[in-house]
Amino acid sequence: MSTIREERQVVGTARVSAALWRRAWLRATLTLTPPLAWFLVIYLASLALMLVTAFWTVNPFTNVLEHSWTFANFDQLFTSVYGTVIARTVEMAAIVTLTDIVIALPFAYYMARVASARGRRLLFTAVLLPLWASYLARVYAWIVILQRGGTLSWAFQQVGLGPVNIGYTNTAMWLVYSYIWLPFMIVPVYGALERIPDSLLEASGDLGARAWRTLRTVVLPLALPGIVAGSIFTFSLTLGDFITPLLVGGASSQFIGNVIYSNLGTANNLPFAATLALVPIAIMVVYLLGARALGAFEAL
Amino acid sequence: MSAGETKGTGERMKPRRRHGAAGALIAAAAAAMAVVSIIPSTASAGRVAAGLSAPSANLPVPTTIGKGEGKLNLIAWEGYVQPEWTKPFEKQTGCQVNVKYAGTSSDMVSLMANGGGGQYDLVSASGDADLRLIYGGDVRPVNISLIPSWKQFYPFLQSPAFNTIAGKHYGVSFEFGPNILLYSTKTFKTAPTSWSVIYSGKYKGRVTVPDNPIQIADAALYLSKSQPKLGITDPYELTQPQFNAAVALLKAEHPLIKKYWDLASQEISLFQSGTTVVGAAWPYQETTLAADHAPVASTIPKEGATGWADTWMLATKAPDPNCAYKWMAYMSTPQIQAEDADSYGETPANTQACAIMDKIAKGSCAGYHANEPQSYFNTIKFWKTPLTTCDNGKNDCVPFQDWVTAWTQIIG
Repeated sequence: MSTIREERQVVGTARVSAALWRRAWLRATLTLTPPLAWFLVIYLASLALMLVTAFWTVNPFTNVLEHSWTFANFDQLFTSVYGTVIARTVEMAAIVTLTDIVIALPFAYYMARVASARGRRLLFTAVLLPLWASYLARVYAWIVILQRGGTLSWAFQQVGLGPVNIGYTNTAMWLVYSYIWLPFMIVPVYGALERIPDSLLEASGDLGARAWRTLRTVVLPLALPGIVAGSIFTFSLTLGDFITPLLVGGASSQFIGNVIYSNLGTANNLPFAATLALVPIAIMVVYLLGARALGAFEAL
Repeated sequence: MSAGETKGTGERMKPRRRHGAAGALIAAAAAAMAVVSIIPSTASAGRVAAGLSAPSANLPVPTTIGKGEGKLNLIAWEGYVQPEWTKPFEKQTGCQVNVKYAGTSSDMVSLMANGGGGQYDLVSASGDADLRLIYGGDVRPVNISLIPSWKQFYPFLQSPAFNTIAGKHYGVSFEFGPNILLYSTKTFKTAPTSWSVIYSGKYKGRVTVPDNPIQIADAALYLSKSQPKLGITDPYELTQPQFNAAVALLKAEHPLIKKYWDLASQEISLFQSGTTVVGAAWPYQETTLAADHAPVASTIPKEGATGWADTWMLATKAPDPNCAYKWMAYMSTPQIQAEDADSYGETPANTQACAIMDKIAKGSCAGYHANEPQSYFNTIKFWKTPLTTCDNGKNDCVPFQDWVTAWTQIIG
């Protein structure tokens, strides 16, 4: 009896798998539905909800959300003050990304192609170690370094360069961001450089290319996907941050994130906060399209 | 009048611009409310007639405090519900205290939406939120005779305009503090006498002020004395030209500012390191810095100062009114007022708290100005919500929403 039942089960399973094999679309549907549903419900639905909120307003007196359709939030977005804030944020994100590329390229090249296995492990640990400490702790450490009479100023005075006061300025923010996001640039660039076959470099040399030309025409193009992947991290993380401007920034350090934060907190204007939150998303879409046009994703 | 009806009136206006919308909306809501509510004819009701009336004004108040409900749900500033005094209260009354901390005044207004939603009983609202809660119908009148210690309060905190309207108390005053001028004694050999030190270019890059739209009132207070031609009488009731002048002053101040501080701890470290030498602060920062032997002192300049004053306000739909009354009465007693004053760093409303404060921490009564004469308190203009309604009987004052927008432009 039991063998017959087992046989039936086996036959049944075989029939299901055969049916799935014949109908590729069914197989794909069954495999993809759970993650797709998750993606749609959790990720896209929340974004869509935010988009919708951007067209609503808040009663300025009672703070009650009013579900009447209006473009007023977008009108307000295109006033000069928000333009300044958006430009400042994008500029900082771009400068930080460039800085991290400049630092990460030689560093990752050394890690991937020069250092011994042991040295590589050590360097990897050194790069990733700061990520284990809290973001806040690292930002506070920089406050101590940069503030008036802080470590940096003291060090400059020791070597006779006089005191430096860059605490609570945009320069301070640039330093802190470049430091905090550096691992996010080094790791993907390292990944890209490590995958370059030695033979390509040797071939380049055999064909008469000097080091600089090999770097420019062989290494850099092959490292580009890694650089772009890293830049997406550094750019988008800077774009969305509000803690560093709050703690390290000065009087003219408002970021998009800070304006969103104050609209949620002080003003309690959820619709306008939602409108502002769409700005980084739009910028990232443009950024990714630009990266694709540059051919950054061809290697993926 | 519920918030829903207010909304309906506003929608019909179809205003083109958001800023116009704010004013139009309140004016329309006020007009609609004026129709249904009987306008009282007392002297203090002049402002009510000009603008709004409180939706919950005619709700009945209890004449005695009944048996406790066994629980109490509070919305409070962090630090107001410390175990030192909450535990004894729970023991005495059997009311289990639950607390939700709010980060900002607007948080409090949002949490209290719909009369506390039948969830919250009391909120420790500051003066800048009080009128929003009262005119939003989220808080209800209380019978002040059930709070025995209220008689020991400073007269100016018994029935202040920010929580008492037309003789009806929408809560019990709690504690308060001035926004002082903090300065480095290394830079200033004698105390500065005017707020002009933070507006003139003399200390460029060494000034700090709070990152808060209500700072516009500080500028207005200064202008009320330095430019009497503007005719500013109340820094929270500004006509458009007065408001513009205050905003222009703050925009001109922007290049002088090192940092707009968001947390008290930021200002403390700014002064500790000598990054800033003068700025607007709370007494808390001064006492903390003084305890660290930092060379700072504070003053209230000749123009006076703004200040905050908090009120325990009763939710319209409070599920535990008896425990709420017990809490308001308990928090008004000299002992608890003194404990909170020393632990939070502010001034008690109860005049009898001074001696107890000194027992807890020597010199703290004078440190937090709990023993000053009335003339001192007269120099403090307490926070209240800027509304479109002015004392001049017109509806041409700039409402709070526009303050927030202007503040973003000032610091952006």
